[in-house]
Order: sequence, then C-alpha cells, then structure tokens
Amino acid sequence: MVIEIVKGMAFTLRQLFRKPITLQWPEEQKPAPARHRGRHILHRYDNGLERCIGCELCSGACPVGCIYVEPAENDPANPVSPGERYARRYEINLMRCIFCGYCAEACPTEAITLGPRFELADYRRERTVATKEDLLEAWPNFAAARGPNPRGAGADQRGQAARAPGVSPRLAWDEDELIRREGGERTVPGNAGLAPHVPSVAEPRHHKRDR
Amino acid sequence: MTIVPPADVLGYRIGPDYWWVILVKAVIIVLFLATAAAYSTYAERKVAAHIQLRIGPNRVGPIGLLQPAADAVKLLFKENVAPAGRDRLLYLIAPGFAAAAAIFAFAVIPVNGTQTVDGYQLHWDIAHLNVGLLYILAVTSLGVYAIFLGGWSANSKYSLLGALRSSAQLISYEMAVAFALMGAIILSQSLDLEQIVNAQHHVWFVLLQPLGFLLYYLGALAETNRLPFDLPEAETELVAGYHTEYSGMRFGFYFLGEYINMVTVSAIATTLFLGGWLPLPIIDRLWFIPGWIWFLGKVTLLIFVMMWVRWTLPRLRYDRLMNLGWKVMLPLGLLNIAITGAVVAVKAST
Ligand code: SF4
Ligand code: SF4
Repeated sequence: MVIEIVKGMAFTLRQLFRKPITLQWPEEQKPAPARHRGRHILHRYDNGLERCIGCELCSGACPVGCIYVEPAENDPANPVSPGERYARRYEINLMRCIFCGYCAEACPTEAITLGPRFELADYRRERTVATKEDLLEAWPNFAAARGPNPRGAGADQRGQAARAPGVSPRLAWDEDELIRREGGERTVPGNAGLAPHVPSVAEPRHHKRDR
Repeated sequence: MTIVPPADVLGYRIGPDYWWVILVKAVIIVLFLATAAAYSTYAERKVAAHIQLRIGPNRVGPIGLLQPAADAVKLLFKENVAPAGRDRLLYLIAPGFAAAAAIFAFAVIPVNGTQTVDGYQLHWDIAHLNVGLLYILAVTSLGVYAIFLGGWSANSKYSLLGALRSSAQLISYEMAVAFALMGAIILSQSLDLEQIVNAQHHVWFVLLQPLGFLLYYLGALAETNRLPFDLPEAETELVAGYHTEYSGMRFGFYFLGEYINMVTVSAIATTLFLGGWLPLPIIDRLWFIPGWIWFLGKVTLLIFVMMWVRWTLPRLRYDRLMNLGWKVMLPLGLLNIAITGAVVAVKAST
C-alpha cells in the first residue's frame, strides 16, 4: 500500500510541473472537427442563387420540429432560387435543435448543412432563433471568394470570406488549421473532408501544445 | 531585530501582559488567518488544477489572485436557504464554532522567538501559556461541536449521517494525535510551546520522531476532514455531509473553518516537529531570515502537502478509516511513546 501511495504522490507531483493542456477559450480556439455539427448554414450556388427551394422537407424531417420555413413563389424575372419557390422566411430555433443533422440529410438540394459554429449562448431567448439572415452564406463576400466547387464555396461562419477558394466554408476552416499545424499541402478541393489527419480532442498526446 | 517602541503609549507600558498588546496581536492573528484561509482556497484550486493539467482560476485579477475576494462577495450575496425544521439557535451558531475552534488554537502558537524589547519580554504568541500544548489539544476538540451541531440542527438525514461519522472519526483520531504529540513532550520535557521549539535548536523533532510526525500528520488530515479522510462530507454518499443544508455565508464559515484548521494543524506540526521559527539547523548563514518567515514557510509547505495528498489519494472506506485509527495508529502511537520514553530514561541514567 505504501509503495502505491508513494507512486501516486510522485505522479501527481510530476503532473504539477507539466504544461497545462487547457485552451484559454475564447482567446484560444481549437478548430472544430471537419464533420462537427454546429449551427446550420444555408448555402448558395456559385452564381449567388440560394440553394433552398422552400420545400419544407427539412422541417418535416426535424425530430423536434424546430425549423420553420415559409415558402414563396419566385419572381421569374428576378429569382431568389433556381426552383419555382424559395424560402421567404427560414428560422431555426436553436434552443430546441438537437443538432442531429437530419435536416441536412433530408434536403434535396444540399441547401442546409451543419457548420462548425458552436458559440450559441445568448442573454435573450429571442436571439437564439436563427433567422435566414443569420444562416445564409454572405453575399457578395461569397462571390468574391467563390471557386469552382459547386458544393458551396463561401463565407465561413463568422461572415468572412473563405480563404481557401473552392472548399466549402466549414471545411475551409479546418483546412487552414491543418495547414498551420502540419505545414503540409492543401488537400484538393472537394477532398477536404478526407484530410489525412484531422486532430481530435480524443488524442491529447498528439496535440502540439503538449510538446 | 531592534525595534524600540515608545515606552509609554497612552499611559500603558509596552509588555506582553498589557491588554492592548494582546489585542493588537489577536487582531493581527485573526486577520492573518482569515486571509491565509482565503488564499488557501485559491492555492488549493491552483494546485488541483495543475495536478490535473488545468490552469485554475485566472480571470479575476492577475493570475486570478482576486478570486478569494470574488468568492467572498458571491457567498455574501447568496440567499441563505435554511431548512424549515431546523433548530434555529444551534443552526445559527454552529458555523461560527467551526471557525472559532480553529482560531482559538492559534492563540498559543509562537510565531517567533521571544524578543527583549526595551527591557520587556515580547512574546510572539497571543497568550503565553506554560501548558500551551494541553490547551491546543483541548480547544481543537471543540471543532467536533461545530460539525455535530451543524449536522444535528439542520434536521436532515445527510447532515446527521455526516455529523455522526465526523464525531466518531474525530474522537478516534484525537487519541492517536495526542499520543503522537507525546513524543515531542517527552523529548523537550515541557508543555510550553516555546520551550518545545527551543529544544529543537540542534535537531528538529521530525528527525527524532519520524513516526510521531507521520502519525500526527495523518491524524491532522483526519481532524481537518481532508481527503483521504473526508468521510463526514463524502460528496458521493452524503451530498455534502454535515453542511448539506447550509448555504451562503454560513456555508462560507464552515469553509473558512476548514481552511483555518488546515493552517492551525500545520502550525502545530511546524512547532512540534519542524522547529517552529528556527532556521535549518545545519546552515548557520540562514539565521538572518526572520523567524516568522521560517515559520510561515514551513506552514505553507505542510499545507501544500495536504493539498497534494488530497488530489492524489481516494477516500478511505469508513470501516478502514476506523481500523486505521484504532488498530494501527493508536498502537503505533503507544509504541512511539514507549520507545521515546525508554531512550530518554536510559540516556538520563547514564
Ligand atoms: S439538426 Fe436535427 S434538430 Fe436541428 S434543425 Fe436539423 S433536423 Fe432539426
Ligand atoms: S433547406 Fe432544403 S429541405 Fe429545407 S426547405 Fe430548403 S430546400 Fe427544402
């Protein structure tokens, strides 16, 4: 028993002098994993048209019923989306959302996906309902940065233009982080989700800060 | 040190026995203990954090140094939720006891050697008792009242269970602690804490009484309800034990009491085994550092070890705790007394 106690004490003493692994959020940020399911993004096509056609399938698929879609007919002379209809209002109650991703699966046009953003706390309940303006990819920032990838080049979650043209925004965030960490090559557009090594929280020993 | 205060202040001559000298010392000690306890909580959190590779409090003030103040403000402004079926008087005074019992003991602990100032003996303890150790043993036992009354008066089963456990635990360990201290008394032939320290000029009692020191330290952990002996407030079993039903500043007093108690038992251990205010015996050059700094340094070290132990070892099971107290520590304490007594007797006769 005594030996075990001494061993334990020695171990904790050693721990005392190791560098903490705490990240000082919000000053220090850890990139979200590539497939992180955070707040949603409503995507656009490269020409700026909204992908969402107001079909309400996402709303139907949502297990907690937190998506509200109000469709409207497109004006053929000045369409908002390529389809017949578009979403005039599109709201997600983030207090209810369980971030299951069923909405993204249901969407026929891949208009909605779940993004990397997780800082969703607020002081007022009303503000936790994400409106279409909150969710939609920024335009024309998005236009300036858009690349050839139809899967949704564009602004990242903070409304800034993506720095990696041709990579969808939530992947772009990881991509940049990946380059910074590994000093490696960018993965080819469209392949970003299959990055060779995406660091995860579960592997603290490979974390750079841990010497 | 040659501080020469005015011989006449407000018509009172300076000296250890004038009431205002004692008052000043008492105020200083109480303020010091409150601050020390507050910063022990900070230190505890920092130590815990770094042992777990975290950072700990670092948002309030530089490296979180104002955290205790923030905590105090929080506790003061918290609502005092009290159970309806409580015993009002006891419920109210029990937390005070917790802090008081720990503070009382500090009255006789010499923080520094006696100094002669202007022809008078200035003692660095509040009350210079020639049976200081006896007094300490007596008043530290009062701590059990705080816990028991707190647990009893709240009229809640978790509190009561915590209180019962605590009473049993404190009584079993008190014996072992007293026996552990006996060795130091035999060696110094005195109950006067100053004389006990002075007897350690050449060699600290921790070297002559390693067993006694170990027993005392273990007993102290048990008496302050610290891990691995924190059964009275075992969170996983008893919610929070005897102070389950306390909130706000009343809870704060229990908390304060626990941490002051840590300081007190560390101070007692320092005085009896680590040479009190005396510097390291081998290195003469260190004598220029004032005694009270040595004293504080040693106390800090012991407090750190308490925290270190807390964040390493798991809680003991209740029957093992009792077995350890009665079947291991008590016999070892007796053995220690017997050996020490025999050696001292043989030495005296030759
Ligand atoms: S992630 Fe799930 S819960 Fe949230 S909006 Fe989509 S379908 Fe509904
Ligand atoms: S997001 Fe997709 S599923 Fe939902 S309404 Fe728009 S197109 Fe339909």
